[in-house]
Amino acid sequence: MSIKDDKAHAVSDAAAGKKGGGTILLFFILGFAASMVLGWVVFPQLLYSTKSQPFDFNHALHNEEVGDCESCHFFRQDGTFSGVPSLAQCTDCHADVLGESQDEAVFVQQYVHPEREVPWRVYSRQPDCVFFSHAAHVIKAKMDCATCHGDIGTSTSLKPYQENRITGYSRDIWGQSIAGFKTHTYDRMKMDDCAQCHEQAVEAARQAEMMDPVTRHFRQEIAPMIYPLDRQAAVGSSVQTQRDACFVCHK
Amino acid sequence: MKLDRRSFLSFVIGGAAGTALTPLPWKLTDDLSIWTQMWPWTPVPPDGAYSYVSTTCTLCPGGCGIQVRLVDKRAVKIEGTPGHPVNDGGICPLGLSGLQLLYGPSRVDGPLKRTAGRGAGRWTPISWDDAIGEVAQKLAALRGDGRPQAVAAISGSGRGTFSALVERFMTVYGSPNLMRPASAADACEMALYRMHGQQAMAGYDLENADFVLSFGSGIIDGWGSPVRMIRARSLWKERKVPLVQVEPCLSNTAAAADRWLAVAPGTEAALALGLAHVILSEGLYDYNFTAFYSAGFEPWRQMVLDGFAPDQVAQITGIQKDVIVDLARQFAKARAGVALWGRGRGTTPGSIDEAMAVHSLNALVGAVNRQGGVWALPEIDYIQWPEAEMDATAANGLQTARLDGAGLEPHADARSLAHRFFTAVAEGKTDPVEALLVFEANPLYTQPDTATVKKALDKIPFIVSFSSLQDETSAYADLILPNHLYLERFEDVAGPAGLNQALIGLTQPVVAPQRRTRHAGDVILALSQGLGTPVADAFPWESFEACLEETLGDDWDALVANGYVARPVSLPHWSSAFGTASGKFEFAGTYRPAPLEGDKGAFPLVLVPYDSMRIAGGTAANTPFMTKTVGDEILKGNDMFVQVNPQTADSLGLREGLYAELSTPRGKARVRIHLTQEVRPGLVAMPRGLGHTAFDPYLAHKGVNVNALLGPVDDPASGLDAAWGIQAKLAKA
Repeated sequence: MSIKDDKAHAVSDAAAGKKGGGTILLFFILGFAASMVLGWVVFPQLLYSTKSQPFDFNHALHNEEVGDCESCHFFRQDGTFSGVPSLAQCTDCHADVLGESQDEAVFVQQYVHPEREVPWRVYSRQPDCVFFSHAAHVIKAKMDCATCHGDIGTSTSLKPYQENRITGYSRDIWGQSIAGFKTHTYDRMKMDDCAQCHEQAVEAARQAEMMDPVTRHFRQEIAPMIYPLDRQAAVGSSVQTQRDACFVCHK
Repeated sequence: MKLDRRSFLSFVIGGAAGTALTPLPWKLTDDLSIWTQMWPWTPVPPDGAYSYVSTTCTLCPGGCGIQVRLVDKRAVKIEGTPGHPVNDGGICPLGLSGLQLLYGPSRVDGPLKRTAGRGAGRWTPISWDDAIGEVAQKLAALRGDGRPQAVAAISGSGRGTFSALVERFMTVYGSPNLMRPASAADACEMALYRMHGQQAMAGYDLENADFVLSFGSGIIDGWGSPVRMIRARSLWKERKVPLVQVEPCLSNTAAAADRWLAVAPGTEAALALGLAHVILSEGLYDYNFTAFYSAGFEPWRQMVLDGFAPDQVAQITGIQKDVIVDLARQFAKARAGVALWGRGRGTTPGSIDEAMAVHSLNALVGAVNRQGGVWALPEIDYIQWPEAEMDATAANGLQTARLDGAGLEPHADARSLAHRFFTAVAEGKTDPVEALLVFEANPLYTQPDTATVKKALDKIPFIVSFSSLQDETSAYADLILPNHLYLERFEDVAGPAGLNQALIGLTQPVVAPQRRTRHAGDVILALSQGLGTPVADAFPWESFEACLEETLGDDWDALVANGYVARPVSLPHWSSAFGTASGKFEFAGTYRPAPLEGDKGAFPLVLVPYDSMRIAGGTAANTPFMTKTVGDEILKGNDMFVQVNPQTADSLGLREGLYAELSTPRGKARVRIHLTQEVRPGLVAMPRGLGHTAFDPYLAHKGVNVNALLGPVDDPASGLDAAWGIQAKLAKA
């Protein structure tokens, strides 16, 4: 190729550039728009598969019958939380078909009589590495179930279970909003949501402590003199919870 | 409009910019991190309600109390029961890993019938009704022929209600041929019977002893009740109680002892008598006991004084005279000195002379039935069943001579001589044995000289194993009627080994049977029903559980709740403690070394087995967890190392790690060499408990079974197997 040819090319390219400025911008916008559609609309559709529960369950009805959440979702004697009721609990009342609904018939025929546990899909199931104590939150801190679980207790049917195809957990952990926005405390169940509440609690505790002059004096003036090396540890390494060890929350 | 390079790049840049403004990259990153931290194929144990069941471990005779932690109905952890009289919260590696047996691959799924040659491993599953029917039919036919004595049985559990049930079945059926696997308990019982005149087991008040002289007993290698012994050893250390270990090799116990006497193997009895010589000649013995409560003291004393002076004993044992004199004085002057016998874990009976010589030392210092000494504990007599009625067939069968010669001259006081049974059957010297029932025993692995055992089994046309696990003997049986595993069944454990308390432990179901198994007690009840009157009449119980509940009576509720009951032990005064003809303690025991098997010219070395807490050597085999704790100097891959002194190795041209062929008159094996000063020159030490051929891939074919190389040696004084080793040869492979 000669030098002349190169020059000729450069000239024609420049001409085309002037001509195609709009085209390039158009393609930019096209790409931008396509990816926005992909990211905001298509991706969430692809990410989650919708699965149904073994049969429908009416929380509101049961709540009326038994009175409160604790009758079925109770704390055991050793303080552990029972979670989703086992078949044995259900059969206390449902040894045979009680109502007339189709779901009840499915329940009794497919699970009660063959003594098979119901394979419920649990919306709030956390990964195995999460250590969470219901007792610390519900009994000690006196939190309501609804703070984290929402108004499921008043629902008349179970919503479809949206399973994350990658992780296998429910969509409710990340939240219905793919952008991660939330309006209620129970909209998401990620670590940031734990942290949000804990940060508030830590701040409140700090404020309360500051108001007690004796404690404040001891913490700020005397303790560092007695235990100069312990200061870091005493504060706690977790930003969110001020706990000293990772394993308090992470198994 | 044309899609050229620029437009395309523009499209991609637009796409990238847009993507960055969507949740896609951030959400994907989050999901992928969750995915990689919790691989979906990593099993996550299901959560549930936690609970504990208190039961008793039966994997060894130690009788430890265990608590099994359950999540819902699944057993997830075995722990020692806090406050239990035997182990107080402690547990050994085998007990700890019992769940690997429960859920492991070596369980027998259900009743099996052999479809190809013995040991070929080809089985067909059959129903329980067919299985029981087939056994009942065979037993009924033999009984109909008037030959009930042609049925033999081996029952490993030894004591307790199940064992009594097997004994009752064999009695009413009409066969005297019920045996138990040999162990040090045989020699212990016999020594106490001869010297105390009662059927009793030795209980050692070790927590109160202040000088412990152990003749090869593996205090921390599994002797007695292992957890209790390790505790006792720690207690002695704390209280500065000296432990003197007499043993040819530096076992863990010898290493942990305050003093180790590397005695020439097999001469332990001579050393005991040498010590007695010093105690007698220096007048250090308990005058009160020897003068008023013992018989035969004078002739025994004379025998010791004549033949076992310290310089003579020094020559026999290789222990210096000064050491013998010094040790004897220390032992005699201790406030509560106690001498122990039973080599290693107590797998083999050993010489009765040795047991009696060591126990005579206890008697000399007045340690019999004394605080800090040895107590003779009679069997706890809670099994009170009405006498069973027998017909003429049973009476005739029972009058025939036992095939192992136990209870007959010259072995009138032996209760079971399993090794003689197999030898006799293999040699074809007995009336034919038509059927063999094996309960909780694995003779094809645990009996010395496995080749002879196999030969004996070959001559028995009908072998029924009741094993829960696919052990060597069940692999060689015709029918397997699998028992529940110990975590699935009821059983009682009377008097844990070596414990100085009258304790009954209850083993109870922790989980529902995991396989199609049935309690062997229930199978015996079903068999008795199948045989009809009069056998069936001796078993009025609906189930084994009902039988056990009735037998244990008022203790049942406490047993179910706590897992054990302790009955008070009353130690009778010496004046009424002995059931001998003279009503006194009878001194006995001398040194008559049983010759080692094998020609010293062809087999110049001596093979000695040793026991370790990391290797289960009895009917219970190693769990995968335990095998992982075995060091590389013992087992590497499938190769097993024998321990040899460098001096011995030098003379044979062997070096560390080399392969060698170890041969004895009974067999040969390919091993590797580990050089160590812990073993006397001329000895080859080999662990007991490896070299299984059955079970599962985690255990099979790892190392060599020492019992394939050893052979039994009849103790002339008792008929028990007195072998502690065998002549052997090592050559480069």
